[in-house]
Amino acid sequence: MADDDSLFTRLRQAIGSEAPIALATVVQGPGTGAKLLVEPAADGSHSSSGTLGNPDLDRVVVRDLIGELAAGTSGVRHYGPNGEARQDEVMVFLESFAPPPQMLIFGAVDFTAALSRVGKVLGYRVTVCDARPVFATTQRFPYADEVVVDWPHRLLEKMGPGLGPRDAICVLTHDPKFDVPAVIGALKTAAGYIGAMGSRRTTDDRNERLRAEGVSDDELARVLAPIGLDIGARTPEETAISICAEIIALRSGRLAPSLRDTSGAIHT
Amino acid sequence: MKEILADLDRWKRQGKRVALARVVDVEGSGPRLPGAAMAVTEDGEVAGSVSGGCVEGAVVTEALQVIADGSRKMVTFGYSDDEAFAVGLTCGGTIHLFLEPLDW
Repeated sequence: MADDDSLFTRLRQAIGSEAPIALATVVQGPGTGAKLLVEPAADGSHSSSGTLGNPDLDRVVVRDLIGELAAGTSGVRHYGPNGEARQDEVMVFLESFAPPPQMLIFGAVDFTAALSRVGKVLGYRVTVCDARPVFATTQRFPYADEVVVDWPHRLLEKMGPGLGPRDAICVLTHDPKFDVPAVIGALKTAAGYIGAMGSRRTTDDRNERLRAEGVSDDELARVLAPIGLDIGARTPEETAISICAEIIALRSGRLAPSLRDTSGAIHT
Repeated sequence: MKEILADLDRWKRQGKRVALARVVDVEGSGPRLPGAAMAVTEDGEVAGSVSGGCVEGAVVTEALQVIADGSRKMVTFGYSDDEAFAVGLTCGGTIHLFLEPLDW
């Protein structure tokens, strides 16, 4: 991009292309309104533009911006005029714009259409994957960012290393041929949420198959199955809400009745 | 700010003067996290929000002032036991906003 782009234009372009970027603004103290942008590159380096008015302050704030971006958080920090710690003449708002979290949905079923739609509402980049080309079409999943015809474990070999705590993997195939390799592949990632759909009997059967493939009890404990919160969901849309609510509850550490931890009929 | 970028773009293209309000800090129970943003144009169009709807009206007034005089300032909305904060958050929290013209 050209050097004469405004900071807003740079910010706009980075967010538009889903590239990570962080913005610092002096909100109190000398130079109120001054701004600094940091854009990390894939190779671990970063570029910055703008200034808060002092090179030492800039250096410290660039470091802190990179930290906020890695954590996906935003907030104010206080510094001395030259970036000193334990001083508070300058108050800076550090705002990180992390790329959207990923939601991978395996299985091109009706529930997938509803889940991809609710996932988009929550700001996920949604990928739908199924090995059957007849079902895995963009016409059937207009809300998905990407529809991939492939085996789940193969897609996970490609995308898995890039997944982290903000990301979710939802296995909706409830066909052991697909979902056993999908869950095994999912367990190799650092995804914050792994859920698998199916009745309680399907879940027991899948757990047995997973154990037979060498999956440990600790690994199985990572899998939310049957997927979703126990809210009596019936339709694909209601089930999508139940799944997304479980993703939120797991992330925030709140107690909500997961179907995994209750007994009895899922649909009442 | 992500949610209001399209509006900001459009207003910039139309040459409208715009004030941006961002939540920078929250104490206690606040409905929106730091980074929540709201923008107001000189002719009173609004995008985004900074609370659950409790203080947006007051933010519009502050934002129009920012557009008029070009000031950059912190504005605090809190529990209304202080006369300075005629507009409060019913949830009992305090939010600190930074307001500025979108001239960068």
